[in-house]
Amino acid sequence: MKLDRALLLHLGLLAALLAFHFAAPAYHHTNIARIMVLAIYAMGYNIAFGYTGLLSLGHALFFGAGLYAAGLLAYHAEGTAGTGLIAGLAAGGLVAFALGLFALRTAGVAFMIVTLMFAQAGYLTVLYFGSYTRGDEGIVIPRAGRMLGSLDLSDDNTRYLVAFALFAAALLVNLWLARSPRGRIMVAMRENEERSRMLGYNPFTVKLAALTISGLYSGLSGAAYALMFGYAGASLASVQYSILPLLYVLLGGAGTVIGPFLGALLMFYLIDYASSVTDAHQFVTGAALVLLILFAPKGILGTLRERGLRWLP
Amino acid sequence: MTGRPFTTTPTRRTILKGMAGAGALAAVPRFVQAQSSEPIRIGFQLHRTGIGASYGRWYERTASAALKVLNEGGGINGRPVEIVFEDDGTDPKRGAEVVEKLTTQSNCDLVMGTLFSHVVIGSAPRAGELKVPYLVCSEGHHVASGMLNRWTLQPGITDVKSQVQGMAPFVSSNLGKKVTMIFPDFAFGHDHRDFFTAAMAAQGGEVIQQIAIPPTETSFTRYFPQIPSETEVIYHVMVGPAVLTFVKELGEFYGSGDRPQLFGFIDSLEAVDINSPGLEFLDGSHFWEGHPRYKQADASEHETFYRAAVGVDDNGASVSDPADIATYAHMFSTWETLFVIKHAMEAAGYTGPADRQKIVEAIEAMTDFAEGQAHPQGPKVFNGKTHQAFGLQSITKVEGGKLVRVHQTSMEDGFYPDEVDYTTMSF
Repeated sequence: MKLDRALLLHLGLLAALLAFHFAAPAYHHTNIARIMVLAIYAMGYNIAFGYTGLLSLGHALFFGAGLYAAGLLAYHAEGTAGTGLIAGLAAGGLVAFALGLFALRTAGVAFMIVTLMFAQAGYLTVLYFGSYTRGDEGIVIPRAGRMLGSLDLSDDNTRYLVAFALFAAALLVNLWLARSPRGRIMVAMRENEERSRMLGYNPFTVKLAALTISGLYSGLSGAAYALMFGYAGASLASVQYSILPLLYVLLGGAGTVIGPFLGALLMFYLIDYASSVTDAHQFVTGAALVLLILFAPKGILGTLRERGLRWLP
Repeated sequence: MTGRPFTTTPTRRTILKGMAGAGALAAVPRFVQAQSSEPIRIGFQLHRTGIGASYGRWYERTASAALKVLNEGGGINGRPVEIVFEDDGTDPKRGAEVVEKLTTQSNCDLVMGTLFSHVVIGSAPRAGELKVPYLVCSEGHHVASGMLNRWTLQPGITDVKSQVQGMAPFVSSNLGKKVTMIFPDFAFGHDHRDFFTAAMAAQGGEVIQQIAIPPTETSFTRYFPQIPSETEVIYHVMVGPAVLTFVKELGEFYGSGDRPQLFGFIDSLEAVDINSPGLEFLDGSHFWEGHPRYKQADASEHETFYRAAVGVDDNGASVSDPADIATYAHMFSTWETLFVIKHAMEAAGYTGPADRQKIVEAIEAMTDFAEGQAHPQGPKVFNGKTHQAFGLQSITKVEGGKLVRVHQTSMEDGFYPDEVDYTTMSF
């Protein structure tokens, strides 16, 4: 990857996050670790939605697959964080691939509904197998299952650095993908599927690959969340968690590499701040999103790209 | 798993400590003075929004009333007490973040108040990592089951296993031996299913049918034909807005003919007026109540004091709005937990966050709480090993539009063998 201003920007973000580790107050330190994990999820969503134009309402299925792959392994089979992360990655990717085989026969509104229904089925499956998952109550991941080799993910500092490492890898792979020929084909599918088909690309395989990569990101994020914060529960696989990454991406900027992180960051602190000053914090969040759609429909970075920063990937 | 945990603590902490140290040096004399007079800050994880909001509203009122009484009585160790309420949206992810915020940003000495089980289970790991006492008011069996950690305790309310078990002797002796259970098909309902089925068997009764209702269901009529005709008691624990539909449809199913006895948990109808249109079918039915909503004829002076302090009238509604029904069966737990904190901090000689472990040890050393102003719901036995309180439960009957107590369990009715010994776990 050539060292240019786009790469420098992303490396700068990573350097800032690493520096934050050494100087952040405790509260914000844990928050940023959490945001980095959720941003991986949002990046995955962005690969499907922002780059490829697949508006899914079912990504909680992939996040939940990773969450429970890691969580149940640790809870029932004495799995460790290493196996949990790999299992989460694989579960997210496999479920996304399998879902894609069915759902990608549809497009547009039908795709949204099909993905939503599959995710709802996944959520109800978690409840149905309550004797293993403890359903809505969820399970606490045992301490031993949160060990990544000799790294204890329940330790604040270790957790931050592992979250940072995963986030950095996800960000750089995302950047590479966005600037690669494969990424440009994904964007072509989003912009004009018929013209792309005419040029010889198979829309189904391109979209299936994008959805699978998206699932890998989502599954990794779900597994990391379970292992780093010690909990897996059905609410994390509910429809709310299909909507959240969409909001993060819309806020930060769909089709930008840093947008999902920025969206997750701003949304987290918007909720955090609003809930400490008013009961109607959901109204505040909703109003902020309405204003965003009215005045910056391409999100923060999307708008910046439109207004001058054309090099922003 | 083997291997020594690796942490990067020195690097980060060294920097932070360096920064903090410079400030601390200048502030030493002031701190020593402040230590004795600074307020104790109690973080309250509140369901202000989300599915638990009606509970949260009353948990906040009850805790605030208890705080007023506490401070008027001299606070804790002579120090005034503050409560910092923070909304968790009744969401486990946000719950963990709120525990973090209360502990590391609001500088609370401990955290209390959580009700919904999924929020407790989602938050407790973080409380354990932060090494902050986390006193829940949940009634879930999660604490006593051993799934949580040494920092999580439930001294203010009996858990669901004990409650359910305590109902079986009355149900089998007075209502009937053959029970059909109707419950929501998720963990809360499964707890009732498992604990009550076992408890009835122990009493010589039998649960002859278990009808699990999927959580997405909004109409229930199609499930009622599954109720066996020989059923003597229907045990129902439906929750959420659908409960009104559930009762109405059950009434339509049986019409004006004979029906089995009905026994339910008031959880279904907390914050709901028992005289709401559609609930007429409940007339003559029985309920578990942790603390009777309607003031009973034999109410103690402590109960009377508590009711007035929180602002609840004799019918269980707000004194300022008769339509605002309290979550009376559960909310006493916040009051009682606050006074347990007072006694624990005073027993531990608590001076600041460095003494947090002493609070846990002080509570673990407690064995019982006498009925009184600090414990208006009644006396309790506390099991330090399982971190769980046990108390008396009431069974009330709907008579003339009120819930009238017809039975009170004994303490022993709710006991069960220990499932964990937290005192053997490390901090």
